[in-house]
Amino acid sequence: MAPKKSTKKPAASPRRRSTKPALYKAADDELISFYQQMLLIRRFEEKAGQMYGMGLIGGFCHLYIGQEAVVVGIQTALKDGDSVITGYREHGHMLVGGTDPKAVMAELTGRSGGCSSGKGGSMHMFNPEKGFYGGHGIVGAQVSLGTGLGFAAKYRKTDNVSVAYFGDGASNQGQVYESFNMAQIWDLPVVYIIENNQYAMGTSVKRASSEIELCRRGESFRIPGEQVDGMNVLAVRAAMDKAVKYCRDGKGPYILEMKTYRYRGHSMSDPAKYRSKEEVQKMRSEHDAIDQIKAVILDRGLMDEADLKAADKAIKSRVADAASYAQECPEPALSELYTNVLA
Amino acid sequence: MAIEINMPALSPTMEKGTLAKWMVKEGDTVESGDVIAEIETDKATMEVEAVDEGTITQILVAEGTEDVPVGQVIAILVEEGEEAEASPDALPEPTKPVVETKASAPADVPAQDVFVEPSAPVVAVTLADPAVPQGTEMTNLTVREALRDAMAEELRRDPDVFVMGEEVGEYQGAYKVTQGLLDEFGPDRIIDTPITEHGFAGLGAGAAFAGLKPVIEFMTFNFAMQAIDHIINSAAKSRYMSGGLVSCPIVFRGPNGAASRVGAQHSQNYAAWYANVPGLKVIAPYDAADCKGLLKAAILDPNPVVFLENELMYGESFDVPVLDDYVLPIGKARIFREGSDVTLVSYSITVGEALKAADMLAEQDISAEVIDLRTIRPLDIETVIESVKKTNRCVIAEEGWPQCSVASDISAQLMEKAFDYLDAPVTRVNSVDVPLPYADNLEKAAVVNADKIVTAVKAVCYSE
Ligand SMILES: Cc1ncc(C[n+]2csc(CCOP(=O)(O)OP(=O)(O)O)c2C)c(N)n1
Ligand SMILES: [Mg+2]
Repeated sequence: MAPKKSTKKPAASPRRRSTKPALYKAADDELISFYQQMLLIRRFEEKAGQMYGMGLIGGFCHLYIGQEAVVVGIQTALKDGDSVITGYREHGHMLVGGTDPKAVMAELTGRSGGCSSGKGGSMHMFNPEKGFYGGHGIVGAQVSLGTGLGFAAKYRKTDNVSVAYFGDGASNQGQVYESFNMAQIWDLPVVYIIENNQYAMGTSVKRASSEIELCRRGESFRIPGEQVDGMNVLAVRAAMDKAVKYCRDGKGPYILEMKTYRYRGHSMSDPAKYRSKEEVQKMRSEHDAIDQIKAVILDRGLMDEADLKAADKAIKSRVADAASYAQECPEPALSELYTNVLA
Repeated sequence: MAIEINMPALSPTMEKGTLAKWMVKEGDTVESGDVIAEIETDKATMEVEAVDEGTITQILVAEGTEDVPVGQVIAILVEEGEEAEASPDALPEPTKPVVETKASAPADVPAQDVFVEPSAPVVAVTLADPAVPQGTEMTNLTVREALRDAMAEELRRDPDVFVMGEEVGEYQGAYKVTQGLLDEFGPDRIIDTPITEHGFAGLGAGAAFAGLKPVIEFMTFNFAMQAIDHIINSAAKSRYMSGGLVSCPIVFRGPNGAASRVGAQHSQNYAAWYANVPGLKVIAPYDAADCKGLLKAAILDPNPVVFLENELMYGESFDVPVLDDYVLPIGKARIFREGSDVTLVSYSITVGEALKAADMLAEQDISAEVIDLRTIRPLDIETVIESVKKTNRCVIAEEGWPQCSVASDISAQLMEKAFDYLDAPVTRVNSVDVPLPYADNLEKAAVVNADKIVTAVKAVCYSE
């Protein structure tokens, strides 16, 4: 692609999180749907953690508990034809992207009914039909790949966008900056979502990053960036609507830094000695994404406590069904070992 | 509804653990996310969180109990106010395969020749390492401890040695190999990096140009692909390109190869890749003594060394000689077990499978000589050839893909250098030629095991 003429305004100054963040004005049914989607992720992940403990899930298993508002706020702003890519902490992305929880859980147990036929596992789930391209285990790789998905959207002259999610830790990989530069010189429609959950395994952002406001990481590439309260689904959605519009309008890439938090260890085998219990408890009790949206729902009188309980029960039983399916489903046939290596 | 709380699996490789502490007592109510117990694994102490809400009505395993198998019921929780319908949470007993506790010696091997360690793979008729003087005192160490001791000794000896990598310091190592080093040597020498492999591999190579002795840890070698340009283009080639003016005394180390169901991107063996490169030395040890003696040798070596460990071996224990400075020669294979009918060549974790296969073959009156290559580059082909002159048959077992593998290279060299001594085609036993799948049954089918080695040996011995 030819480099564009330098008609661009000077470096957009990155917008930090404002004291009064814009909040998405959700209709009643949207609000309930946000709540249900976040709760589905939470209950699903709790069950996955339990099944890992029982030895039904093997290898690495990274839970998304605590970060639910990010993926729900982002995914609901997309339309058909948009593409999405992320790392290994992708169960939530699969669920919100419309993959049946049964297929996700059966992938976790490595069974034939899993979304990757049992060959990928927790870290490698895909649903290209719905625009979801994985599920990648190499930290940072999804950023270049997501930039390529954005390149394809522009190459085909669509107004679709690509969303590349990555962590605070991943934001230190060199290929992230190679990608930023290309995305900006070619005006690629990529929204970079930095899921800043404050830790990369046991390393806090402070210990690993010279610039801890990760929304500013695009500054020297002239990519606008914004910091968002990633525990508030309405703030996430409002910021994403703006970023998506910017990309669809052909103005180039956009960076959103989601300040969020993971409640569980990095993976199931993380002793999590690098942070205090108080820190985790404080996030859970004061900033929990699901509690926040619950409060709005109660406030607007959309549901009462009994309705909320019933909703939770319905979701729990959906997850329980997924768990039973994932255990009853047979392992892949041995002949599957040799399939899908090449077309 | 009563829910059984089971002993959880807290890592991909955990089979049992110690129930260190209960954080709740009978009668306590818990919410999902509350810490209910602390469990010690071989790697760490971990907290167990409640998944369901309710009252703990029974604690079934006392605090302090060791070796509680994964899946055992440790407590009972009753959900509050739920009707007595079948709880969706009452999952059936996990179907974990029963773990064999102790392998028994084959019946036809004289008992006094059998050397069985509780946790180490079975080793029958093992030859003492010729590098260790007879009568040397031995201590039992895990591979993990042996590696750590090697680094600690070199850090003490030479102030130019430093260790750098992701989570090597404050976290005490992603796989606890660097445990304790930060405490002893401080943050100037045990350095935590951001996730930026290409950057710190290059930084390490540059520091080595300047005469320092970096030990660069990759969390696993899968991530060294981000850094392979510096390993090959910067570290391996600088001495040659500079006509000998520039040295790069650096060690790149970390776990290599498949672990346990971590999927295609986290399970690759890179031995053949690095072994292809002139200017590098490549070491892939099997037991704890070799890990110690060869890692020390790698740090002392004036060349760039790629040191390939194996995560599944970290917790295995072996005898390690108690010597002040136990340094093994790089480039020297070891005859692990003597035999006369076939030469079994292997390295790293697969040596264990080769030894198991040798036991199984002994029961069928086939005597296998097992060679542990230990170093892949320079390759000690002489030791292999000498053995083949005696056995006239060779099977090479390697956990890794067959094409352009270490096994392929040995096979080619035997054809060139020992053709006249061969009574059967040299045969390779490699992993199945596919990316490693996640599913338990498929993963088991894909990797090399003793049975596959036995089948190959019987074919070259024309015994079936
Ligand atoms: C290239 C590479 N290096 C190291 C790892 C090991 N690793 C997996 S996840 C992780 C931490 C990533 O943290 P972050 O990007 O903040 O994402 P989070 O896990 O917090 O979602 C590390 C070091 C890897 N998978 N790939
Ligand atoms: Mg993070």
